[in-house]
Order: sequence, then C-alpha cells, then structure tokens
Amino acid sequence: MTTASVPAGSAASGRDAHPIVDLVGRRVAIGIVTLFVVSAVVFVATQVLPGNAAFAVLGRGANPARLHATERQLHLDRGLLEQYWIWLSGLFTGKLGTSLANGEPVWALVKPRLINSAVLVFVTGVIGAVIGVVLGAVAALRKDSWFDHITSVAALAITSLPEFVVAIALIILLSTVVLHVLPAVSLLPPGTYAWSQPELLILPVATLVIVIVPYIFRMMRAAMIEALESDYVEMARLKGVPDWRLVLFHALPNAMAPTIQVIGLNFLYLAGGVVVIEFVFNFPGIGQGLVFAVDNRDIPVIQFIVVVLAAFYVFMNIVTDVVALLVTPRRRIAR
Amino acid sequence: MAAAAPSVPPAASARARRAGRHPWLSVVWAAMRTPRGAAGLALASLVVLIAVVGPWVAAKPPDALLTIPYAKPSGQFPLGSDFLGRDVLSRVLNGGWALLLMAAAATAFGIAVGAAAGISAAYLRGRPDSFIMRTVDVILAFPQLVFALLLLSLLGPKLWLIVLAVGLTHAPAVGRVIRSATLDISERDYVKVVELQGMRPVKVMSSEILPNLISPLMVEAGLRLTYSIVIITGLAFLGFGQAPPAANWGLMINENRSGLPLNPWAVIVPAALIALLTIGTNTFADAIARVTIGVERRPEEAVLLDDLTPRQSQ
Repeated sequence: MTTASVPAGSAASGRDAHPIVDLVGRRVAIGIVTLFVVSAVVFVATQVLPGNAAFAVLGRGANPARLHATERQLHLDRGLLEQYWIWLSGLFTGKLGTSLANGEPVWALVKPRLINSAVLVFVTGVIGAVIGVVLGAVAALRKDSWFDHITSVAALAITSLPEFVVAIALIILLSTVVLHVLPAVSLLPPGTYAWSQPELLILPVATLVIVIVPYIFRMMRAAMIEALESDYVEMARLKGVPDWRLVLFHALPNAMAPTIQVIGLNFLYLAGGVVVIEFVFNFPGIGQGLVFAVDNRDIPVIQFIVVVLAAFYVFMNIVTDVVALLVTPRRRIAR
Repeated sequence: MAAAAPSVPPAASARARRAGRHPWLSVVWAAMRTPRGAAGLALASLVVLIAVVGPWVAAKPPDALLTIPYAKPSGQFPLGSDFLGRDVLSRVLNGGWALLLMAAAATAFGIAVGAAAGISAAYLRGRPDSFIMRTVDVILAFPQLVFALLLLSLLGPKLWLIVLAVGLTHAPAVGRVIRSATLDISERDYVKVVELQGMRPVKVMSSEILPNLISPLMVEAGLRLTYSIVIITGLAFLGFGQAPPAANWGLMINENRSGLPLNPWAVIVPAALIALLTIGTNTFADAIARVTIGVERRPEEAVLLDDLTPRQSQ
C-alpha cells in the first residue's frame, strides 16, 4: 500500500502544492490529532481512573459533604464526555478552574511560571546551540587532536549524568563550598518574573547548557566529519576552493541539517529537564509548579501543566522536522 | 550496496558458536575487551559492589540519631553526620541497593514491552502496526519525567509504580528501534521459509525474529539502564521514591543540601556515587554499541544521519 501510493501521491502533489507544503501539512495534521489524544489521555487518567478524584484530593479528610462539594468543583457530577468538553473548552478560553491547593485560578497561578520557564528554556537553548555547534565543528576540523579527544570523553561523561548531579556540582563549586560567587537558590517568590533578578538565572541556565551541549556537540562533530570526507567537499578542494570557504560554505551547511534536528530535540529535552532543575534552584517555573502540584495532588494544575508540556513537545517535534526538511537540499526535491 | 549487515558481528558470533555460549554473552565479552568497555564496567561494578555489600558492612544503623546535625567528619563518623545527626557513611552504604534494583527492573520491563510492541508492529503490519505506532506517538508526546510524575500523581509514589512508569516511558523508543530492525529481518529468506511451512505468527516472532534482535536489544538495554538510573534517582531527589526515613542516595542529596557549608560530604558522596554509576553504565553501553553496530557514533545519532539520506521506499 505504501509503495503503491508514493508515485501517485507525489505526482498529484507535484501539481497542486510544493512537496514540502504537502509534508508540513501532513505533519501538522498528525500533530493536532496526537494532541487531542494526549489531552484525552491526560484527562481520563487524572479525572477518571483512580476511583474517585475527589476522594484522592481529600484523602483522609473526606466526609460526605466535602466529597460532594469537591465533586461539584471538579464537575464530577456530570457525564464523562461533558466533563471532558468543559475542560477542553477551558483550555482555549482560559477558564481552567481553580487550584485545589489554594483556591487560586489555575491560569493566574501558572501564567508567570510559564513565562519564567519559557525564558529559561529559550536562553539555555540558544546558548547551548551556539556552544555545541562551535565546539563540534572545531573538534571535527581537528579530528584526533587532544582537543577532540578531551571534548569527546567529557561529552560522554556529561551525557551520563543526571541533571541534578550537575546542578549540585555547580552549587558546590560556585555558591557554597568552594566559591561563593552566585546565589545557590533563587528566592523569587512565585508569581514574579525571572528577569527581575537576572543573576538568579545564571546557575539554572549554566546547568542546563552543560547538560545539552554534549548532544549538540557530538552530532555536529559526527555530521561535520561526514561532510568533510564527502565527495562534494573533495571536489571543491580539488577545484582550489580555499579552506575557510570549504568549511563555511560547503561542509557546514550540510552538517547543520542533522544538528538542527538535535538542537530541536534538545528543546524537547529541556521541557522535561526544567522540572528537576527548577526544583533544585527553587526557580518559579512550571517544572517546580508541577512538582508542587503532584505533591499536593492538585489535579487541575497537573492537567494543565502536563498538557502545556505535551503541546510544546508536539509543536517542537513538528518545527524540528520542518526545519530539517528546509535545510536539507536533497529533501526539497519531490521523490 | 552490500547485503544487510549481520546483526551480530561475524567474529563475535563465530566465537560464541565455538565456545557454545549464548550470543548475548559474546556481545558483553567483546565490549569488555575494549578499553572503553572495561573502564565503564569497572566503574559501574565498583558502585554496584558498594550498594550490594554496603548494608552488611555498615557499622551503624542507618536511621539512628547519633550526634549533632551536620557534624564534620571524625574518627567515629568518617563522613560526618546528616541533617538529623545520622551517620552519613552508614546511610551511603545502605542507600544504593533499592535504586539499583528499581533501575534494573524498570529497564527490563521497558525493553520487554518495547521489544514486544516493536516486533508485533513490524511483523503484523497493517492495523496492529498503526495502532502500536500511534500509541508510541502519544507516549512520546510527554517528557519521560513528566509522564512518570503524571502516573505517580494518580496513585501516589509507590515503588512498583515508579518502576512501571519509568519502564513504560522507555518502551516507545525501544519499540521504534526494534520495529525498524524487525522490518529488515522479516524480509529474510529463513523467515519466508518457515512462513511457507505454516508456522504460527507468534512462533515466528519468538523463535525466528527475536533471536536475531540481540544486538539492538543489548544496545538499547545499555542505554535505557543509564536513563533508568537517571530518572529514578531524579524522582528520589524530588521526593518521589522511598519515603524519608529510608536511606537513598537521591533523597540524601536533597535532604542534606541546605547543610552544604557545614558538612558537604553528606551531599558529595551520594552525588559522586550516582555520577560514577551512570558514567560507568553509559560508557559500557557505548562500548556495546560500538562493538555491535560497528560505528563511531551512538545509535540515536546514526538514526538521525540515516534519516537524512534518501531511501528507496518509505
């Protein structure tokens, strides 16, 4: 079925739309379907599965009156589909209910956290990408030099470590035992924004940069070595193209394609990585919010944060695929 | 292009046949003989030894309050005391075995589910394939730790649930790798022959396809073991693991980090043990990948590079 549909499909799309538009459209459609399923899974899991969510929330403090009130608050007195609809439409209108832990509206509670985490992920992703690409390219150009060996071993070691161990190592080195140059935990109260005290971003960003750089570095190194050994670079070299042009305009663009995918995957990783790092540094983002919410069984907050993270995940997957398509010349041609 | 690469390197499988050993042992053996593999295995074994023998050699009970909080190291307390005045050394010696057991169980569970899903998807094709792969897409839409936290938020931080949750988050990635390996194997002649002889699909999958997936399974097992340790110690650090009086390396780091200026050893030692363990397992996994796949790069990188080279059919 798949082999048969390829010629027909590409012939049709060749006339109607550019193959990339076609592929991107399909990718986005799959992404949206996945998101709907994800939202349903999160909803069913948190609302329905464990017997009675209201009971789970109240725990030992449950009595019939309180149980009834909590059931109404969670819309548990309605039908399942209706419950899902109320929740799903709330995702778009911002009416997400109130936190079970402190009664505040979920959106007001999560919004500043969302922005703080976005700042953390964005700053980390950009700095990590630049450092990883530069180190990877240099290691590939000096393959088998001491620089290459040391960076490769360091990369293998760092990719093995849990994030919180890296964070603890930085705290020991920079803010408690060895030196005292940076604050060990941020004292930003929840609801304030990260940029009000930028120095509190330094350690969380540094930790996450250290964690993601090795992946980007290794991909860049591998792809760059492959590009430098390729026929087209050899051809250009034989034609007398100067070395710097060879690296910057022949090898680098081709090595960037798989590397951009890895950079995208690292943004994905960061969506999960912020959970532990925000907890370590007491950084008021959604990761810390999720840990608190899980601790308190604050179901509306858990539901919202998990769906936001999943949406970011699906979205970044699509972006990564599309960018990889755009930067790979041979993929632009219809097959 | 050359014929499809054999799943176990010829030298290794030949040696296995001669020695009459199981092929997966020969993969481990070959990896152990590389410098990388030997170093990795030595590091990991050291930590495993401490975790396993520790409870028997610990001089003091791990949860007895013996001295002032955050006491500096002394003759009586070689690593000082923790935030409640308990002996750090005894807690370190007791705090590893549960983590190791859980990580091993989660890895085994993840590999088993992933392999079953991947083989079935690739061999049965059609609807089972799309159903399994869409399920994989959904699970992959969550960061691993977030998926585990979601499950834990439902039923509370039970240890078996952590093992289940972490294993389940491994399954999709394992499933994808095994699926593509199976697609290749199920086209081979020896599979076609037994199919024509009327062998049942379950039997074909278990006795013809599975034995040929040893190398990708070994590589995955190595990788996932490291990730299991990372996630399970991370969960313990966040407070979702063994409950507080228990000695647990991840929990110890969190409990004692506010006392870093007073007695840093209560944090440094468990953190260093976790670091040595994951560096060891990951380095050994890397050696296994190099021995079985025979490339200078990690499987996930190889997949990405292959993905960008044109293929005949999709």
